[in-house]
Order: sequence, then C-alpha cells, then structure tokens
Amino acid sequence: MADTATGKPEAIRVDELHKSFGAHHVLKGVSLTAREGDVVAIIGGSGSGKSTMLRCINFLETPSSGQITIAGEPVEMRADGTPANRKQIERIRQSLGMVFQSFNLWTHRTVLENLIEVPVHVLKTPKDEAIARARKLLARVGLAEKEGAYPAFMSGGQQQRAAIARALCMEPKAMLFDEPTSALDPELVGEVLQVIRGLADEGRTMILVTHEMKFAREVASHVIYLHNGLIEEQGPPDQLFGAPKSDRLKQFLKSVA
Amino acid sequence: MNGAGLLVSTLDYLAWSPPGWGATLAVALGKSILIAIGAFGLGLLIGVAGAYGKLYGRPVTRDLLGIYTTIVRAVPELVLILILYFAVTSSLNNLLLAWGFERVQISGFAAGIAVLGVVQGAYATEILRGAILSVPPGQIEAARAMGMPPLMLAWRVTFPQMLAAAIPGLANLWLIATKDTALLAVVGYAELTLVTRQAASTTKAFFTFFMAAGLLYLVISILSTLIFARIEAWARRGQVRRAGT
Ligand SMILES: Nc1ncnc2c1ncn2[C@@H]1O[C@H](COP(=O)(O)OP(=O)(O)OP(=O)(O)O)[C@@H](O)[C@H]1O
Ligand SMILES: [Mg+2]
Repeated sequence: MADTATGKPEAIRVDELHKSFGAHHVLKGVSLTAREGDVVAIIGGSGSGKSTMLRCINFLETPSSGQITIAGEPVEMRADGTPANRKQIERIRQSLGMVFQSFNLWTHRTVLENLIEVPVHVLKTPKDEAIARARKLLARVGLAEKEGAYPAFMSGGQQQRAAIARALCMEPKAMLFDEPTSALDPELVGEVLQVIRGLADEGRTMILVTHEMKFAREVASHVIYLHNGLIEEQGPPDQLFGAPKSDRLKQFLKSVA
Repeated sequence: MNGAGLLVSTLDYLAWSPPGWGATLAVALGKSILIAIGAFGLGLLIGVAGAYGKLYGRPVTRDLLGIYTTIVRAVPELVLILILYFAVTSSLNNLLLAWGFERVQISGFAAGIAVLGVVQGAYATEILRGAILSVPPGQIEAARAMGMPPLMLAWRVTFPQMLAAAIPGLANLWLIATKDTALLAVVGYAELTLVTRQAASTTKAFFTFFMAAGLLYLVISILSTLIFARIEAWARRGQVRRAGT
C-alpha cells in the first residue's frame, strides 16, 4: 500500500481476517492497515461483510482467524479466534470510538450523562473534568443546548452527533464508523457528515463504512471496496472512484450513482 | 338493634388498648407487611438469578429453572405453602435428628418469608426475564464497544433499562405478596388475617373486624400503587410517551 506507507505509525492493522457465522463464510481473508491520520473508507454492497469487518476490529464479533493489531499491540487470541485476555480487549475498546448506524445512545441518561458515563465510571476521569470535556464536545457538534435532553426526544441527526461526541469523550486513538448516516432522513445526513468531515480534517484516524460515495471520495485517504468477503479493489479515492479497474467495482459504482 | 347501631357499638372493639383489639391488629398488620417485604425481596433475588440463569445459563440450569417456575405457577399457593411449610419443617427436623441435633421450631416469620419468597421468585424470574429481553441490544453493545466491564454493564445499563419494563409486573407481584401473607394463617402464623379471625370470633363482631382488615389491605394497596407509579415514572424518564401509556 504505497499510498499509506508514509512512515507514520500503524494505528489499526488487520491481517488475513476470516469470519464465519456457522457455515456462512462472511470474511475470507481481509487485510488492511490504517496509519495515524488515515481515513479509510470501506464501501461495498449489502452483505459484503463491511459491518462484520469493522466489528471484528473491536471484537464485538469474534474473528474466526486472523490477527488484529492496535497501535502496535497484537490482540491475544486463542486458536479459535476468541480473545484470550478480557482486560486487553476492554482497554483496546476504550481506545477505539465506535459509532453505530442506529446511534445506540442510552435512553435512560441525558445527553451529558451519555457522554461522561464511560469516562467517569470506566476510565475514572474526575467528574468535573469529564463534564468540561463533554460540554466542549457538545458545543463542537452543535448540541450545547441539548446537554440535559433525553436522546429519544431528539432528531436522528442530533442523536448521531451526540453519539459521535460520546465516542470522542473517551479520547479514543481512532474512530470506527458503521454507516453513520444510513438510518437518517436525507435532510439530516448533511449535519452528521459535516461533523465527521471536521474530524477527518483535524487528522483523526478513522475507518468509515459508508454508502455515501461522494463523501468517501472527499474525505478518505484510502478506499477499500469489499465484495463477498474479499477486498476486490483498493487505492486512493480518485483512482478508485475515477478509474475503477475491476468490473465489479464499476458495476457497483454505477448501481449506487 | 339495627345494623348501624350494631356497627357503632362494636366499633369500640377497634380501640387501641384492651378490651379494644386495635394494638393487636396493628402488630399483626406490621408482621404481614414485614413478611411481604421479606418475601418480595427474596423473590427479587431469586428472580434476578433465575432470569439470568434462564437466559444465559447452561441447559441443565435452564431445565431446572423451567421446572421450578412451571410447578410454582401451576400449583395453588395455598397448597405450596402447606407443602413447603410442613414438608420442609419436618424434613429439616428429620435431618437434624439424624445428625444428632435437637429438633428446631422454625419461626413462622422466617418460614413465611421463605415460603412466599420461593413463590414470588418464580413469578419474578419470568417478569425479569422478559424485561431483560426488552432492553435494546444496541444499548448493551454500545457499552461493550466502549470497554465497559460486564458487571458494571449489567448494573448501569441493563438494570436501569429493564426497570421500566419490569415495574408494572413487579408492582403486581408486590400486591400479591401482601395478600398472600393471609395464606400463612393456615400454618398458624399470627398475621393480620389470623388475628382478625381470632378477634372476630372472640367478640362475635365479625363484620366490624373483617371490614377493618379489608380496609387495611386496601390502604396498603393504594399506598403501594402510588409508590410504584412514582418509581415507574422515574424509570421511564427519557422514554417518549406512547399513546395509551
Ligand atoms: N450475527 C450474525 N449471525 C449470522 N449471520 C450474520 C450475522 N451478522 C452478519 N451476518 C451475515 O454476514 C453477512 C455480512 O453481513 P454484514 O452486516 O457484515 O454486511 P454489510 O456489508 O455490513 O451489509 P450492509 O451494507 O447491509 O450493512 C450477511 O450475509 C449477514 O447476513
Ligand atoms: Mg452493515
């Protein structure tokens, strides 16, 4: 991967990842590397394994085989792929902020409580420090007025921005986005993409699964096209979107255009 | 004497100090409430363990819990109380004698809590199992994805989330607990119903005493409903009210 081999340290590295659900072989040997500051976009048809790949990185799914390395630290796995060290998994999860398609804010807590929950109770950040950080983040995603609101009373776009702020509040080393705008009404997509773009601009490392091709082309430093559990084609966005080589990718891009 | 006159004259029997039965009834009421609280609490403990066992336990655990909840919910509570009370007391004593200990008199209070608690536990298991299943998986996943350890997750995410779904069922269960204490009269425990019957047959003022007891149960029920409504409102904070709720 000449385009990302800039000498910056590796933030996330996936080697030969396989994942099966029963007899269903979903990932068939996927490898990728995100160096610090990279924005890796993953595109592909429905069912191609994008979510599964992303969820294997923080072990929400257990890989069947392969190796995950986070900031140079290989995740200890047993022969069957299950994590061998729960503490290590928890620590690694704390360093990776995950944003889901369906927001998944805790509905029994206000927006501010959502943001400080893990910093205060898991990371043991002093509460006033966590609150100060949370308020700064809420202001940044345009939700300063909403800190006392309960998530169910907010629009999808507001909830997703709050969810992004919640992930940022843990001060993660990298962010994982799984189709963050797919559950949103079209008119709310822009406000969320704008927040994500801001994160890309400030040099955050992220892996972004998305159906927003235009956005991927604009913010990504590297694009991976996943098909049937394999990387069919990858490269810098202009090359991938401007001059796709494989017929499958050409067809896919036509179908989503 | 007409009925009203009879009632007025027998109301004196409800006076606090003897020959009035007021204080005796109050003590019996207190015992009933304490037993109900104890049984409800024990039932909750059994219910939490049972619900997690049924959901995530190994097949053997699930089968055993299935047998427990099926039997308890199928057999009339009165029968269960007689079985549990007499069977358990006598087998315990047989055991003690066999091991060369003295026979013990099990206190009606402890036995009442244990027996009703076992009954409550079966219903609580089902209520809490359903409530745990109602927690949106995404919210649990979000906590896992942020590295929250399992016990903290159960306490800080699953528990508060399931509370809203569990409260109506638990409120019912509590009301059943208060009323089921009356069944302990059959094993001779001096809770409110037994004492009421004694008072009534001693004074022959049946109507007065049973009305009084009925009113006391009603007051407990109304107060409990108010308290549970508050807890439910709190547990539902953050939820959008849907039509009809
Ligand atoms: N928990 C699971 N159990 C069984 N099969 C699963 C599970 N999760 C995913 N799959 C299957 O794995 C395949 C890949 O799913 P995945 O969610 O990774 O696709 P995706 O690329 O994210 O698709 P989409 O664009 O629709 O989100 C699908 O066929 C899906 O049915
Ligand atoms: Mg997906």
